[in-house]
Amino acid sequence: MGFLDTLLGRTKPVQPDLDRLFALPSAAVTLAASMSFTPAGAGSVCFRPMEGRAFSDVEDDVRQLLDSDAEKTMPVEVTADSYGFTWMVVRQPPDQFESLVTDLHAVNSTLADNGFGPSLLCSLVTFSGPGQRRIAIVYLYKRGTFYPFAPLPGERRDNALELQVKAAIEGELPLETDLGRWFAVWGAPGL
Amino acid sequence: MARTRFAPDRGLTARMGLTMFLLGLVLVAFVLAMVLIAARFPANAGAIVIIGVLIAGGMTIGSLFYSDKIALTAARARLVSPQEAPELHGIIDRLCALADMPKPRVAISETDMPNAFATGRNTKSAVVCVTTGLLRRLDPSEQEAVIAHEMSHVAHKDVVVMTIASFLAIVAGLMVRFAFYGELFGGGRGRRDNNQNMAIVMLAIMAVSIVVYAVSFLLIRALSRYRELAADRSGALLTGRPSALASALQKVDGVMARIPTRDLRAAESLNAFYFVPALTKGGLSGLFSTHPPLQKRLAQLAQISQQIGR
Repeated sequence: MGFLDTLLGRTKPVQPDLDRLFALPSAAVTLAASMSFTPAGAGSVCFRPMEGRAFSDVEDDVRQLLDSDAEKTMPVEVTADSYGFTWMVVRQPPDQFESLVTDLHAVNSTLADNGFGPSLLCSLVTFSGPGQRRIAIVYLYKRGTFYPFAPLPGERRDNALELQVKAAIEGELPLETDLGRWFAVWGAPGL
Repeated sequence: MARTRFAPDRGLTARMGLTMFLLGLVLVAFVLAMVLIAARFPANAGAIVIIGVLIAGGMTIGSLFYSDKIALTAARARLVSPQEAPELHGIIDRLCALADMPKPRVAISETDMPNAFATGRNTKSAVVCVTTGLLRRLDPSEQEAVIAHEMSHVAHKDVVVMTIASFLAIVAGLMVRFAFYGELFGGGRGRRDNNQNMAIVMLAIMAVSIVVYAVSFLLIRALSRYRELAADRSGALLTGRPSALASALQKVDGVMARIPTRDLRAAESLNAFYFVPALTKGGLSGLFSTHPPLQKRLAQLAQISQQIGR
């Protein structure tokens, strides 16, 4: 935000950065090779629903768009979390990671094209690893950066594992350097 | 580039710009008047002005640097960790990610008065504080709306803007006081005609300062009201739920009006930071109040709701 905007109290809504999601498939390959975490077949887009007709229309469009995909076996799940955000969960067989990413991109680009880009919060893709461990790579739309999230039972985070994952995919993805922004997404659907 | 649904409010921007311009103009007029007086009566007038500016500058810089500590102490608030207040931190985490801003520190004040404030001169020292009364009375979406309003204050650097805007009023206020005491105790030493000169100088300084103080006080309050509207607007656009902020305002306003005044004496000095002011009076108070009337805030939110629903 520029000096004049601050002085006059005009906040410009922040536009999301959509295209970096396509760096995920190559990071998935690296993650599988170095830590044997493989795609779990679920991904989600989290956004803040705006009040009013316009947003709910766009939301319906997105859902129809994804459900009309002929190759898909599972429908899109839509859930609301306790913070008032909506999660759209897309599932694809684990070996079709690229089409999962394409689906996620379809969701966020439809929202952005209709002027709701500032409502996008984050995207999650899940990975499963040795010993039934589940982790997620979180994409922050406004920052254009990724960070790993490894939950443990009882709302605790496995920071050591997160840092290992970070080190493994550092070369593939732009990672969030400010650790204060690695916020926890407890109970994210698909995780 | 994707089209945007968030049209800026040009009228509000223009009114805010005009208010700041007028404040600048008053500052220039004040400086000119002081220079004229000092040139006319070279005696001690210059020294008084310089001392006044130095003290006011010290107070301004001091309050800028200690704004967070002063406000937190006055509100008897304490910083809370994510473990102590997970829901509150969760709300703030998400709003920060939506707005792409660094996370402020989070504090809770143990008061039953439902309110919230933001303080700190920059995003690093920023603190968002809510009272336990607010957490108890509002549901999560309303809490979020109030916090988004406070975070807009942080993004707009309102503490810095309002502190700098108040500088002129502080200088003028000090000058009135100096001139008044100078008039009382200034006589006695030196030659008679010199004393008479001094008396005129003091009177002139006092007259100019009183006028400047009154005008800048009104302008500062107007600026504060505009910045509240701007924060309402940005907060509502950030959460996408103007109606949640509207219902929070209505709830909090109703409670604030019912609370007996005796509890609020300590709170009055914090008014400028609060979400809803702690005292409401009728009559001319509209010109003097730090916050716009509830009706005006609700009307703006209703309009935003229309705008984003289209």
